[in-house]
Amino acid sequence: MTTTKSDALLPAQGIEAPRSGRIDPKYLRSGSSKSGSFEMAAWVFMRVSGAALVVLIFVHLTVNLLVGEGIHQIDFGFVAGKWANPVWQFWDLTMLWLAMLHGGNGMRTIINDYAEKDSTRMWLKSILYLSVIVIIVLGTMVIFTFEPCLLDGSGQLLESSPSFCQNV
Amino acid sequence: MTQTKGTLYKGREGMWSWVGHRITGVGIFFFLLVHVLDTSLVRVSPEAYDAVIGAYKNPIMIVGEIGLVGAIVFHAFNGLRIILVDFWSQGTRYHRQMLWTVMGLWVITMIGFTVRHLMLFLDGWGGF
Ligand code: HEM
Ligand code: HEM
Repeated sequence: MTTTKSDALLPAQGIEAPRSGRIDPKYLRSGSSKSGSFEMAAWVFMRVSGAALVVLIFVHLTVNLLVGEGIHQIDFGFVAGKWANPVWQFWDLTMLWLAMLHGGNGMRTIINDYAEKDSTRMWLKSILYLSVIVIIVLGTMVIFTFEPCLLDGSGQLLESSPSFCQNV
Repeated sequence: MTQTKGTLYKGREGMWSWVGHRITGVGIFFFLLVHVLDTSLVRVSPEAYDAVIGAYKNPIMIVGEIGLVGAIVFHAFNGLRIILVDFWSQGTRYHRQMLWTVMGLWVITMIGFTVRHLMLFLDGWGGF
């Protein structure tokens, strides 16, 4: 090895990009082809959602695993206590949508990379889109239709109800 | 220096961090599918939810949780590194140093998390 590290790795300057001027317009990054602007939006979304997810997920893990009794505190009453607060409802809703769309778009990229047959790619992506939609709809409905204070057959509060149910 | 034979791409740090980012991303995605399903049991009944969530308190699952958090923390820190490579003017120049920073922060975060998670687990554990 004779080249020094910094010389070899610095980007070349003043050199025209390969094949400048003879690129089919559909491969150009400027101008706006339809799929180009979708991919660009997806690329930006991956970065914006990623940055937001760091905060959303790290707080989720801290509150659920690292404070109080940690993993042992998690039960029906714990979830009821959290979702009684609109802040946590909104928190989980945002985390659900962003994580599923970010993860779903990442999986789309991976399918495009490895599934070479058109029909395989089409099938895998259909399954992917369907799962993403089902999980987002299910998770959203769970947050908004959740009922913390459940009664048994004789109208008594269930034992697992959180304590605030006594007052309603 | 490693000799590269033929045209096999051996991209060193840049390639391995990409492989790691891809594998952790897929793993977290499948976890999340299951996680939303298990959380949705709160709409079935408190007993159903508590029974299934109880599985997360088993020693084997505790190890699994450390693995999951390890994957998330790597994907998160490395994701921030990717964002810096893309948007910070010096990003491409320092991508390798930033990867070592990511690995260092990962080790520190995981030591902290693992110790805390194991302590809380042992505190409330009723034995087998
Ligand atoms: C072992 C680690 C984890 C535990 C013990 C855990 C626990 C919980 C619990 C108890 C809930 C109910 C509501 C709440 O507490 O806010 C919940 C909901 C949720 N968690 Fe986690 N979580 C973990 C990891 C994660 C990770 C890594 C993600 C993101 C990738 C995530 C995303 C979500 C989402 C989106 C919801 C809302 C689900 C819905 O809308 O039905 N969780 N989690
Ligand atoms: C914790 C915060 C997160 C950050 C900072 C983050 C950041 C990123 C970034 C920057 C990319 C690269 C996108 C590109 O190459 O255009 C990416 C890809 C990806 N992410 Fe995340 N992400 C996070 C959370 C998640 C979660 C929760 C999931 C799963 C539900 C996930 C799954 C994926 C997948 C599958 C890819 C595609 C990987 C590839 O193409 O090789 N990420 N992430």
